[in-house]
Amino acid sequence: MNAAPLLQVVELSKSFGGVQAVSRVTFDLHKGELLGIIGPNGSGKTTTVNLITGFVKATSGSVIYQGRDITSWAPHKIVRLGIARTFQMVKPFYQLPAFKNIIIPLYSPRVKQLVGGKYGDRSAVALDLLEEVGFERDAQVAYKVASVLPQGYLKRLELAKAIALQPDLIILDELFSGLSLAEVASIIPIIEKLLVAGKTIIMIEHRLKEVFRIAHRVVVLNYGRLIANGPSKEVMENEEVKKAYLGSED
Amino acid sequence: MKKRKERIDRGIKVRSEDVFALLSWKEMVYLSGPRLLPLIACALLPLVLGTYWQRVLLSVAVFGLLAISWDILAQSSMVSLGQALFFGMGAYCSGAMNHYWGLSPFITIPLATIMGGVICTTLLLPVLRLRGIYFAMVTLIIPLMLVRIIEATKILGGTEGISGLTPLPSHWIESYVSLAALLAALFGFRRLMDSDYGLVLKGINDNDRSVMNAGINIYWFKAQALFLSSAVGAFAGAMMTHVYMFVGMPVFALDYSILPIAAVVVGGGGSLAGAVLGAFILVPLSEALRALGGLRIVFYGAFLVFFIVALPEGIFHFITRKYHQFERWVEVEK
Repeated sequence: MNAAPLLQVVELSKSFGGVQAVSRVTFDLHKGELLGIIGPNGSGKTTTVNLITGFVKATSGSVIYQGRDITSWAPHKIVRLGIARTFQMVKPFYQLPAFKNIIIPLYSPRVKQLVGGKYGDRSAVALDLLEEVGFERDAQVAYKVASVLPQGYLKRLELAKAIALQPDLIILDELFSGLSLAEVASIIPIIEKLLVAGKTIIMIEHRLKEVFRIAHRVVVLNYGRLIANGPSKEVMENEEVKKAYLGSED
Repeated sequence: MKKRKERIDRGIKVRSEDVFALLSWKEMVYLSGPRLLPLIACALLPLVLGTYWQRVLLSVAVFGLLAISWDILAQSSMVSLGQALFFGMGAYCSGAMNHYWGLSPFITIPLATIMGGVICTTLLLPVLRLRGIYFAMVTLIIPLMLVRIIEATKILGGTEGISGLTPLPSHWIESYVSLAALLAALFGFRRLMDSDYGLVLKGINDNDRSVMNAGINIYWFKAQALFLSSAVGAFAGAMMTHVYMFVGMPVFALDYSILPIAAVVVGGGGSLAGAVLGAFILVPLSEALRALGGLRIVFYGAFLVFFIVALPEGIFHFITRKYHQFERWVEVEK
């Protein structure tokens, strides 16, 4: 891949008081790639995503997207450039029916800009999107208030909210956590479909098996530092990665 | 023989949806009745009431507007304890323009509505990031500060206020203009809150991070909601200034902040209609209890507590539920 990277994370650091959550992390991401970010609990995966998406301000370093320095921009401005994310702890609009949850991202200036002003019936588009991520239309789940939906549907809803923004880069923060194997198996094809559609994806995951299977490249974090960056097979065999996950003998 | 209630509302709900409602008079009345009722009531009430109760009706309209203003803010994630700020700002703006520049009330009232909205929004702009009780505290403090500033600097008439302002041409105009404004605000803002725009405001209340994550600038939307809400409150203040022909420090009184909240609690929040219904109950009740003298507040308070305990959802939500719930008694088979 010789083209300029879509996203460049350069020497990115964040400290919360005395805790160095992310320390000089550097990696690139090219268009159409699926990058997996893995690491033990507290290794700085979610903080890295929060830094990229502007939800947390960086202490130092920079995030460059499509050649533009977006370090510490406001989250809504970053979204408008085409970076959408899901949250590890799902953040639906609990008081609204599922399909109305999708109307809010459809109202976004990003979408208005892409479709050119008038949108038409957002509800119909929202229902279609929900069907795509696995809300069976016959079961009327899409009309249920989000607060009564089970975790599996909330995760799908979170994914649909990100897709609704028609992003170029989608960041999935532990989308599979709390889901059954069958549910994970039903969501993977949706992610693969997004890749076929030309989207670039960053996936933070604890389920290593799934990440190693579908990711083109994997980045490993430990104690806020990047300890490995490469194709799945290479990373799997990396001694430092094994040590981070299994601990060392001494 | 034992009996139980059976729900039979499915039919009418399906029949009265969308264009199907036009198929029969019954469905049309079912749908339009609740909307026509306030229109008819507001058109007829000034005609049948005496002078004293017409004034009370005017008060109902003013507190109804303040309650709508509070409910718009609450639905957009801003809990306010300072509706008096909006009311007082509108009152002083229109009073000052009338007194110093000699403008007619028909110009000062609309101008004060917009000016009040702009000034209040600007004042609260720096604290838009605050949530819950922190935002509420600031809205409570600002009107109190303004009162002291007016008192200490003696601007705008100081403690004496400005009197001798131009009244509206007749009490009919006073009544109908304020009731028309109340209905316009009620129906207009209900429509707005039901639109996709309103959905974004409700989304901010539900989960502001998620709205941010949709590429929407929540502070811009909150500022817009704040402007709409404060403009409604400022209109109420501007109106009352010309009714009383006076503006002074009492316009920032706590009553204008607390009574609208009580109205929303009694009527039911989140619908705007509940806010208006609450004002239609509480203001006349407060007047009717005047005969009790010192015990008035005790009875008034007891009534409030009774409603909060017995009908926490609010009267409007209770009535709506019952209105859409058709039941008949059927015998239980053994």
